[in-house]
Amino acid sequence: MKPFPSFIIKESKHILRDRRTMLILFGMPVVLMLLFGFAITNDVKNVRTVVVTSNWDSEAQQHIDRLAVSDYFVIVSTVPTPQKAEQLIRSQQADLGIVFSKEHQLQFIVDASDPNMAQQWTVYAQAILAQPAGGKSSMLPSQNGKRLGVRLLYNPQQKSAYNFVPAIMGMLLLLICAMMTSISIVREKERGTMEVLLVSPVRPLMIIVAKAVPYFVFALFILVIILLMSAFVLGVPLQGSLFWIMGVSLIYILLALSLGLLISSIAKTQLVALLVSAMVLLLPTVMLSGMLSPVESMPPVLQYISAIVPPRYYISAMRKLMIMGVGIESVLTEVAVLTGMTVLLLTVALAKFKTRLE
Amino acid sequence: MRLALDDVSFSVGRSEVFGLIGPDGAGKTSLFRIMASLLLPDEGSVTVDGYDVVRQMRSVRCRVGYMPGRFSLYEDLTVKENIRLFAGIYGMKPHDIAKQTDELLRRLRFEQHKDTVVSQLPLGWKQKLAFSVSIFHQPDIVFLDEPTGGVDPATRRQFWELIYDAAAQGITVFVTTHYMDEAEYCDRISIMVDGKIRALGTPDELKQQFGQPDMDHVFTLLARQAKRGD
Repeated sequence: MKPFPSFIIKESKHILRDRRTMLILFGMPVVLMLLFGFAITNDVKNVRTVVVTSNWDSEAQQHIDRLAVSDYFVIVSTVPTPQKAEQLIRSQQADLGIVFSKEHQLQFIVDASDPNMAQQWTVYAQAILAQPAGGKSSMLPSQNGKRLGVRLLYNPQQKSAYNFVPAIMGMLLLLICAMMTSISIVREKERGTMEVLLVSPVRPLMIIVAKAVPYFVFALFILVIILLMSAFVLGVPLQGSLFWIMGVSLIYILLALSLGLLISSIAKTQLVALLVSAMVLLLPTVMLSGMLSPVESMPPVLQYISAIVPPRYYISAMRKLMIMGVGIESVLTEVAVLTGMTVLLLTVALAKFKTRLE
Repeated sequence: MRLALDDVSFSVGRSEVFGLIGPDGAGKTSLFRIMASLLLPDEGSVTVDGYDVVRQMRSVRCRVGYMPGRFSLYEDLTVKENIRLFAGIYGMKPHDIAKQTDELLRRLRFEQHKDTVVSQLPLGWKQKLAFSVSIFHQPDIVFLDEPTGGVDPATRRQFWELIYDAAAQGITVFVTTHYMDEAEYCDRISIMVDGKIRALGTPDELKQQFGQPDMDHVFTLLARQAKRGD
């Protein structure tokens, strides 16, 4: 058999016969999707509210009723003074306190340890309380059009699952392609078989490409799994063109593979490859790519750093393509940056790859 | 300036079993890697079968077998799969590979383990198989770096029988070793200390030259002069 296919088969056998890694490779996307789709949520739900009012009048009662009836808030207690409310919040028995005073000024006391969420709670509470008496307490601001003048495009229900699917894609593809490929190459070096392969007629490039191919196929497979889960399990619709979604993903996968190759040429042991992948790739991806919190709200220094984190562009492109359903023209910047990065990384990685042992 | 290899010159004849001995730090592995075209020498040249290892690297790599110290076969592949992979790399045809695999395993009395995963084999067998794989494609010369490390005496003897078989087939064997009894098995030996060759000749010649009863004593005498290594 020609050397190249037999190498690919060998690499595939290595992967398939390693049960634990297989479990991780296939289990991770499923677990992440379920976690982010159902368990971790930015949605406003069951916010524990304590009402502060020193005099019970019918108007206060109406407000309280409206809050209680909605899905967003749960009245856990009623106290006479703001200080008591603060106490409850500090002791983690409540998230939000609403103070009704004689002058009908509304005061919110809120647990702002998660500032983004705190802001959302107060906005929702305000909207509910600002409705005219007898109005329906439906919270969809799009139906409140006249009052607030806000219309939420693309994701009117503000389901956080929409946000996370592109982020998971960005993270997982990076993990599989970069980390696993680099570990695979370095493992060969550690084992001593890389030396033997180098001293054989096989072209060194063939060894590397043959290692990347199975992970490339895996990445595509997992991409499809994620898209299917997102559409059918999480109910996130795919608005954009599937062709372009796959196309941009392909560029990103190539980028991640090049990164894996680059890491493998500087790491001497598998442990180093693992650590470098985790530190240099995963951490910035999770923190700086706009996955969990928007890039625009980061301090300027971090925004600059974020500019060289590849997943930022991929996640942004995916959000636009998948959720907004725009055409490829709107993501041209992201695609250009990703392509440029891929070319650069690939060139450097190939240049650094040594055909000898020096 | 310390040199890993200092004025090292020798030649090895076809079908010779040539041994390289020396204390740690002598430069054995550096020399080994240069000969196998894995390192570039700063000065000097190495030719294998007439091909220069630097300028005609590709031709050299088609013709040699290589078994570095740590090398064994792929642990998660079977014996048959390992042979097929390495033989295929050297361009052997599948039909020939299959036939010669059966012959090899029959000769080693190992047929029943054709489909055994290598990780389940004892170390001695792994090493023997690794050697057989490294000469499977009938190279002109095979480089063995301490191939019998950590293996029991009986298995070591079997290993050397395999080496003699290979030499009888016309394969030149270049082996480094720490075991002095193995030094006696070689046709010729060179002893390296601190990057220089301190002795070169057949075991008998060296014993006579240094007036020692066996290679162990010859080696100890020369190794005491070593300034490098532990």
